[in-house]
Amino acid sequence: MNHNYEKDISGCGLIGIINKKKQRLGGEFVKKSLCLMNDRGNGLGAGFAAYGLYPELSDHYALHVMYDDPTSQRDFEEFLKENYDVEKIEEIPTKPVPSITISPLLMRYFVKPHKKMLVGGMTEDDFVVRTVMQVNSEIAGAYVFSSGKNMGVFKGVSNPREIADFFRIEEYEGYIWTGHTRFPTNTPGWWGGAHPFTLLDWSIVHNGEISSYGINKRYLEMYGYKLTLLTDTEVVAYTLDLLIRKHGLDISTACKVLAAPFWKDVERMDEGEKDAMTALRMTYGSALLNGPFSLLFGHRKGLVGINDRIKLRPLVVATKGDVVFMSSEESSIREICPKPDRAWAPRAGEPVIVELED
Amino acid sequence: MYEIDAKGIYYRKLNEMLREAVARGEKEILLKNVNGQYYIGDGIRQGDVKITIDGVPGNDLAAFMDGPTILVKDNAQDNIGNTMNAGKVVVEGHAGDVLGYGMRGGKLFVKGDVGYRIGIHMKGYKRQVPVIIAGGTAGDFFGEYMAGGILVLLGLGAENGKPIVGDYLGSGMHGGAIFVRGEVDETRCGKEVGIMEPDEEDMKLLKSYLKEYCEDLGLDLEEVMKRPFKKLIPVSLRPYGNLYCY
Repeated sequence: MNHNYEKDISGCGLIGIINKKKQRLGGEFVKKSLCLMNDRGNGLGAGFAAYGLYPELSDHYALHVMYDDPTSQRDFEEFLKENYDVEKIEEIPTKPVPSITISPLLMRYFVKPHKKMLVGGMTEDDFVVRTVMQVNSEIAGAYVFSSGKNMGVFKGVSNPREIADFFRIEEYEGYIWTGHTRFPTNTPGWWGGAHPFTLLDWSIVHNGEISSYGINKRYLEMYGYKLTLLTDTEVVAYTLDLLIRKHGLDISTACKVLAAPFWKDVERMDEGEKDAMTALRMTYGSALLNGPFSLLFGHRKGLVGINDRIKLRPLVVATKGDVVFMSSEESSIREICPKPDRAWAPRAGEPVIVELED
Repeated sequence: MYEIDAKGIYYRKLNEMLREAVARGEKEILLKNVNGQYYIGDGIRQGDVKITIDGVPGNDLAAFMDGPTILVKDNAQDNIGNTMNAGKVVVEGHAGDVLGYGMRGGKLFVKGDVGYRIGIHMKGYKRQVPVIIAGGTAGDFFGEYMAGGILVLLGLGAENGKPIVGDYLGSGMHGGAIFVRGEVDETRCGKEVGIMEPDEEDMKLLKSYLKEYCEDLGLDLEEVMKRPFKKLIPVSLRPYGNLYCY
């Protein structure tokens, strides 16, 4: 496996940018913003997610895959051809960066599931989720680290600047971007463990630690999710997929599952809301995220920022015209937007939900 | 006034330049184009130095500071004035979380909103009376574990009818005093906290601090004094209970 078990201590930095009118923004902005928070990470992980990335192939799933060796690549590609129509195969373009001496093989595939594979009411999304789970747990040394449409993730072990240069982030454009610099606390700094974590078009960047990981993991396993990436943040991606895509919760309700109001506050609600919150907690208690976090999640229709219930990690939001920024530090926003219309720190547990227009 | 252009300068270098200027005897220093540099003013002892910051300073501004005055012409971030001993920090915009942690002297004035955990573990002894005044609203844990000093929250410009301070107000508090402009919801306070009307002596003291605050930030003292204040002090030694296992 391409990771090293050395442990280090610390914080992370995250940034999210969304243009509500779908005007695409170059990767240099998110890179510049994230680099200002370089010291929040320690060189053991950085990454970016962009939406609106592959407009010419937007009806195909873009699978980004990392391999430990050519054997894992061969095994994966055999599996892929049996199950998918493959429109395009290419190496993910990279550029040599002196500080990145070891990297996995990095490929991307634009695919659609074979129609004949979709049996018993299974949707294409279901099939892709099953593929990701199967590949990551069964094909040794192969990891699908991005599986959405018209979006993609680029991540690895190094600092934000090096990872951005390595993946030539400045050559991409997107209308939603997230970025992350990592300071691993309890889990290894390896390529698959860098943020963002994804499933379909859910992508998560996270600062903090999810101490309910064990409970969340066992809960997700009941629904067929397999947690293979050795990092707590992985549960958030799969939980959102379960709650929103599979169970049909809206985003705001899903956020009330992740950061549920305290019982003492539920007591103070009016009857209807009290019943709703109680039912939600009874049903989804195992999906509650405990521990400190600020996290951003991107998806097909927007960007969301949320904190844990007692605000144990920083999060600042700013707006400028149609653009909304979310970050661990206001200065990183000001680095690319010197005079925002408004800047504020959201309250604990209260999500900031920004949707694309139209 | 001695100027340092901080644009694109790494925090370590910027702080070296600042310390060198202070050591050389510069009394008025302007840091231009600051954005995100950590640790500005930390541990500086010279009481007659005034540092003006143009831009958003990074986290841990004025930690362990022991004398200087820092004026921030913009918003500021988290952890200002950690264990600060003397001097003053004035922020013309809003500021983040954990301000004045363990602060033991000096003043921290913020014009706008402040975040969570303001003035936690603040302490005082005899003439060492740390003072934090925030003009806007504050989040949860305002004055948590407070052991001394004075915390003031004004709620200027807050939305009508919305509380200006969050939950767990003064939880675990065992010294010092908190003044909140307007009403305080008892159910949001720590169990050790007593809410009372400030007496004449309290108001005299409060007004003297607010006068300085208003002068520093260009606010109208009379306007600020128009609404009554509540005073919060510890009334029990009972430690705070079950928050983290609730």
